[in-house]
Parts: sequence; structure tokens; C-alpha cells
Amino acid sequence: MKLTLRVWRQKNADAPGAMSTYEVDGISQDMSFLEMLDTLNEELILAGDDPVAFDHDCREGICGACSLVINGDAHGPERTTTCQLHMRSFEDGDTIDIEPWRASAFPVVKDLVVDRSAFDRIIQAGGYISAPTGTAPEAHATPVPKPDADFAFEHAECIGCGACVAACPNGSAMLFTSAKINHLNVLPQGAPERETRVLDMVGQMDSEGFGGCTLTGECATACPKGIPLPSISAMNKEWLRATRKVRR
Amino acid sequence: MTDYTHYRTGAPVVDTKAPEGPVAERWDTRRFQAKLVNPANRRKHTVIVVGTGLAGGSAGATLAEQGYHVVQFCFQDSPRRAHSVAAQGGINAAKNYRNDGDSIHRLFYDTVKGGDFRARESNVHRLAQISVEIIDQCVAQGVPFAREYGGLLDNRSFGGVQVSRTFYARGQTGQQLLLGAYQALSRQIAAGNVELHARTEMLDLIVVDGKARGIVARDLVTGKIDTYFADAVVLASGGYGNVFYLSTNAMNSNATAVWRAHRRGAYFANPCFTQIHPTCIPRTGDHQSKLTLMSESLRNDGRIWVPKAKGDDRPADEIPEDERDYYLERIYPAFGNLVPRDIASRAAKNVCDEGRGVGPGGQGVYLDFAEAIQRMGRDKVEEKYGNLFDMYARITAENPYETPMRIYPAVHYTMGGLWVDYDLQTTIPGLFAIGEANFSDHGANRLGASALMQGLADGYFVLPSTINDYLARNPHHEAVDASHPVVEEAVADTEDRLNLLLSVNGDRTPDSFHREIGELMWEYCGMARTEDGLRTALDRIPRIREEFWRRIKVPGTGDEFNQSLEKANRIVDYLELAELMCLDALHRAESCGGHFREESQTPDGEAARRDEEFSYAAAWEFSGTGEAPVLHKEDLVFEYVHPTQRSYA
Repeated sequence: MKLTLRVWRQKNADAPGAMSTYEVDGISQDMSFLEMLDTLNEELILAGDDPVAFDHDCREGICGACSLVINGDAHGPERTTTCQLHMRSFEDGDTIDIEPWRASAFPVVKDLVVDRSAFDRIIQAGGYISAPTGTAPEAHATPVPKPDADFAFEHAECIGCGACVAACPNGSAMLFTSAKINHLNVLPQGAPERETRVLDMVGQMDSEGFGGCTLTGECATACPKGIPLPSISAMNKEWLRATRKVRR
Repeated sequence: MTDYTHYRTGAPVVDTKAPEGPVAERWDTRRFQAKLVNPANRRKHTVIVVGTGLAGGSAGATLAEQGYHVVQFCFQDSPRRAHSVAAQGGINAAKNYRNDGDSIHRLFYDTVKGGDFRARESNVHRLAQISVEIIDQCVAQGVPFAREYGGLLDNRSFGGVQVSRTFYARGQTGQQLLLGAYQALSRQIAAGNVELHARTEMLDLIVVDGKARGIVARDLVTGKIDTYFADAVVLASGGYGNVFYLSTNAMNSNATAVWRAHRRGAYFANPCFTQIHPTCIPRTGDHQSKLTLMSESLRNDGRIWVPKAKGDDRPADEIPEDERDYYLERIYPAFGNLVPRDIASRAAKNVCDEGRGVGPGGQGVYLDFAEAIQRMGRDKVEEKYGNLFDMYARITAENPYETPMRIYPAVHYTMGGLWVDYDLQTTIPGLFAIGEANFSDHGANRLGASALMQGLADGYFVLPSTINDYLARNPHHEAVDASHPVVEEAVADTEDRLNLLLSVNGDRTPDSFHREIGELMWEYCGMARTEDGLRTALDRIPRIREEFWRRIKVPGTGDEFNQSLEKANRIVDYLELAELMCLDALHRAESCGGHFREESQTPDGEAARRDEEFSYAAAWEFSGTGEAPVLHKEDLVFEYVHPTQRSYA
């Protein structure tokens, strides 16, 4: 396949950025999208140009590092991560736009690399169960009903990639935040910190400069792990419950 | 310069610090002997932890909970992305929830046997004991393990054992356990007990007066090289499988932290013990950047086969049942498709070498779920393995519910690593190595679902106990002076190396060298090794290294975000480590576990150990790039599990 790539190039956080155009040839349908970019970078290095910087690591869809907006869609046309997107999803001769996540809470580091440390700070605000090592009771002491365990797992699958924020017209992090809250709040082990968790995490989310939610649902559509949209309403319910309870 | 293969044998390693007495009591004994640090004094101690995977994340969180000041590093943008996240299948624990005859002793036995009698009994027994506590700890943290309808935890079986002791969270166990550790770590970051440096990579170790006192690290965003000081340093930087270029490791997993520690005096043990995982998706072409594992748990229900006839290129569904060879079930009727990884990998290689492989290039075997779907129904198969099937379909564009998967072995895990004693301390006082970075518990072959167990055992339970003893006995009353000559030398070494990489301005990319060394290692130090092949590799590696320094091209500068520079610097270390791996493989003229020397096999093609000569861990001491290293042997004593020829038939 022969492709035209229009790629966002930005030297560092302070420099202005712009789209640059590149041609790549000899692309196989079996390549992953990132392998296609590897091919471009090999050519750029040999030509004495600066290769395109992009985050990636596991390349099997689980670490959450890769983060490209492809033709306007977070992670591109398939519902998966960029590393699991293959070139068979494109046609010979296509022009492909490649941009970084765009959100004020995710400043660009270089080219297609953004700073997602705001997500880490949301988790630090309460996305955990306080269980210091050594304090745990026997695992079977507290059975967890299977539906609850499955619900927790479904939300725990979030890989923290940030596609939800990139896809949202408001740059909201509601889906990310709700996924962790729902994972922990449904479990009996998470109950003692149920209220503080939701209040603190939502507070941190707001202070990081993420936008509000207007329920457009773009986040859940873009989520490579299928975190469902009702996750957000469940979080809102938890938040309302917590506000009432804590006030009392 | 001496010939690299003419290594010298130095003094044996005598003291492993493992206490005497019955194996089941040794961990208690050691914990009681260990000196403690008064809680009020702990905050005066700083511990550096490099890496935030299962071992590093759990160690950082636990040390901080105990009151130590922790300074932690990861090269990823977030600690949550460490490659433990990708582990699929599960974590072993001797809970005996299935009442199927499991016990701590059985897990101990299975692990020593599975490792082909090349691990230290004391360590393995401790691992089996701690396995039970790990599950309790993870459940308390909210790790959503799979449960049954009664609300209790579910288990499945894994390769090399006959009990069901593996706890799992669908095909994402590693992710869930890592998030548990990451969340515990996050809590300590918020509390101010852990100072986290993300996107920061360790490039050298600082050893002052014979003790590990800090590291040199590079901020990957600004390029700034800094020094960090502490009372002890813990390396939890993972394994070195990426020496092979193509592996199931993450793209950025690397050996620099352990190799730089080795160059500073830490012995490197059993570097040739690498694990080739039998069930990975075959490569599709030269563009391939990494290989993807399909969890071993698939072998619980999938059946592995190839056509009986050579060169049979009919599609799978046109090959009748009686023309298929379910070779694992045929050769190993007792364990069938659940033989250990090294055995399953070699068997796959053998049938492909016979010309019976399937798929492009004949480099693949079928993993077939037709029988499982018939027996359990498609829904049940989907519930158990759905995400793995989806992943396979996405990568190959084939539907595994209808056509059998094609799989082929790939480099997956490295049992070798920095030599550590029972306390997980390396030969440099104050330098500890945990998780895959050390060599400790898996011998010559790791059983499935044991890596997660070991990483968390080391990080949550072992290191936080043993490091107390070191810190109590070595109170550093004075901070390291940044102008100390060894500090300045370590910084200058690092800067010189990076500047040299940037200044060569040759005509080959870092990746082209990585691919070259990787292909060489796969060919000569992969699934089957011979004396001739290893000598060929040892002859070629120095030449590749010489060419590297003549022709490498690294664009950009050192004071910016520069991924090519990061890559090239890691390859510098692979080009030395590869040489040590080949030498270790050459010197160990026996087969054991994942190390298969063609010269040493039984009449029916199984690995033949030579216990009389090789019942030891090989700990290598660095003596200069390209210079013959010094071999120190740690004799392995088996008091409880008597070494036998492994049999899974």
C-alpha cells in the first residue's frame, strides 16, 4: 500500500505545532498502525530528519500508552487501541491524518506524545482501597456475589489511555473517573471509603481542568475496553449519595 | 584482550544467607534473625526503587507504608503501564480451595521440578508459603478475580501441574494485579511517602565505598541527567527478553538497569536461562515489531495438532481427524496439552522442523477449540477466553471460533538475572533485585502463572522484611556528596556514552542493529543450542558491536525528548549482554529446562541434565567489555526434592 500521512509535528510543549505531510510506500496490510509509523521513522532517520515521537509500549492493547487521533477518531476507525489497529482497515492511496490527544488537561510533550499525569493524580486522590500489606483477612472471608465481581471487573478493565477525554467535545474525564469509582465502590472491600473516594476523585478531576459531561457518549464509543456510558450515571448517583451522607 | 570464551572460574559463592534447619521454617527463622529498624527511624532512610511493575510497585508501596522514604522511577509516562500489565493467564497460590490435593509443599515441589532442578530450594519454598498471603492481599485491595456463583474465588489449572491453583481475572490477571499495586503506590504518593519520577530512566548505578548509594537517571522529556542518592537501591526493572528483538516483552522493556549494575560489580546469574513460550501468534513479515502471546490457559481447552503428513497444505477443516497428529497428547499422555512451556515449545519446533508446520512459512501449529466448543458450548468458551479470541482475530483477521488458531513459540521471560542471596541482595551491598530482574526462583524453566506470584512475593513480602536488616546494620549517617569522584565518574560515563551515540552519525538506524543482534540470538541462542552455533554467535557479536559504534545514526540531541537515543543506548547494553548469554549457554554443556543443548539429550529427544557437573547456578562477574568474565558457582543442594529426569509422559 502507498499512503499519504499528515502528521502533527511539535518540537516541545512550548513550540507551536503544525501538520506535516509524508508519503510511505510498501506498507503491508498485516502491519499494525504503529509498525507503519516505525517504517516512516526508519526512513526519516536515514534521511537525517527527526522521527515522529509517539507513545507506545506493550503493543498488545493493554498498557494504554498508545494514543493517536486518526482521521479525527481516537485510536482510529476500529474500536480498539492504536497498537491493535491494522493497516487492513485502510485502502491503498488513502490520506491519513494523525494527531495527538487534544485536551487542555493533556498538554503536548512532543509531536504525538501528551502528558496524561492528570489521570494519575485522580487515582492518587482516592482510586484505591486502603489495605496496607499484611493487614488482609483470608480471601474467602468475604464472598463477593458474582454479578458484583463481574461489574467490578468490567470497570476495572480501563487501561487509562485517555481516548475518552480525546473523543469528548468537552475534554471530560468522567468515563475514566467513573470506571475506577464503580470498580471499587461495588466491592465490599471498597465500602469503608465509598463516599470519600467519589468526592475526592471528582474534586481532583475538576481541578485538573477536564471539561464537564454533557452526555454526548463519544467517550464510551471511543473506549477500546468498552467501559459503558451508564458508568457515568452510576458515578453521579454515588456522588449525590455521598454529598448527602457526608453533610449529615 | 583475552578470548571471551576463555573465562576464569573464581571462588564459589558460599554464603546464600539462607538459614539452616527444616525448609519450612527457614523464612520464619530469617525474619526473626533480621534486625529491625525502629518505626521512628524509618523516615530517615531513603530507598530508591527502579521500576513500577508488580515487584517494584508492590515494594515501593509496602516500604512507604512501613515508613521509609521511597524515591521511585519508571520510564513509562505512568507507573500503571509497566509490562506486568500484559500478563494474561493467572497467579498461582497453594490455597487448596479445590481440595484437590494441593499444598505449600506441592507448589514447592512442582516449582523445583518444573525449573528442572536449577533453583535454590530455600527460596522456592518461601515463595510457595507466601503465595497464600498474596491472594489475601490482592483481594483486600479490590482485585476483581474471577468468582463462582457462590461468590468464592474460581481457579483453573496451568501447564506442568495436575491441580487447579491458578487465580485469574479473565485474560487480564496481570493488569488487575498491577493496578492493585499501582493503586497502593498511588495512595503512598498522595501521602507524600513516595516521590515518583515518571518518564525517567536509570542509566547507571552509583557505588560509594563498596555500597550501592544511588543512581544516575535521565529525564526522558528534558534529557537532563541527574543523580539520586539513597541508603539502598532496589532494581525491579524486569527481564531482558528484548535482547532477541522479537519477543512478547513491551517495546521499551530493557536490560540497562541490570546490566549497568552488573558492570558495577553485581554478578549476573544463569543468563542463558530464557523461556520460549509455546503459544504466541506467528510473525507475519519483516515489519514485525513484537510478538503477542496467547495465554497458556488456552491449553486447558484447546488441542494442539499438526497434519500427520509433511507439506500438507490443505485448510485445517479439510484435514480429517485421522490425518491429524495431536502430538502433545500422543507423546505426553499424562499431561497432554498441559506439559511445561519448554517441552511444549520444543515439541512445536520439532514438528515444524519435520516440515509439518502450518501457515505461512510452515512456522506454526494449530491450537484448536472445535472440541471445546462442542463440549462446553460457544458461550462458555467465550466467557472464559473471549478477550483472547478477540485479540487473535484482530491481529490475524481470522475467526478462532471457526478456524483453529495458529501459534508458534516466542521469547517470553528470562529466568536468569542479577544473582541474589536469600535476602534478594546482589553481590553489591545495598543493591537488591526483585521480580524478573533477579534470577532466583524459577531455575531453568518457569511454570505458568508463577511470574506474577514471584513478583508480588518479592515486592509485598520478602524485600520489605529483608531490607530492614541491611538498613539496620548499615546506617548511613552522611549523605553522599554529589562531588564525590565516583559520582562524577558515573555521570561523566553516562554523558560520554550518549554524546558518542549522537556524534557517530553513521548510516544505520538503532532498530537495524537491534534486529540483527536479535536474529543472531534467536538462531544460535534460542530454542535449541549447539556448541558450534554458540561459537559462531560469540565470534559475530564483537563484530556487530564494532560496527555499531562505527555506523550508528541517532538523530536529534541529548537535551530533548529523543526516543531514538533511548533505543540506541539500550542496544549498547544488549550487545554486551548477548555475549554473556551465549557464553553461559556454551559453558553449560547440558540441557535443562529452557536451555536445550542438542549435544545433551535423551534417546527420545528430551533434555538430559548432567547433575554431576552442572548442579549449580552460574554467577558471572564482569571484567570489561569483550573481556572474559569470571564464573562463580553456587552449588545447588537438594534436600527435599530429589533430582530426577523430569517426566510428563
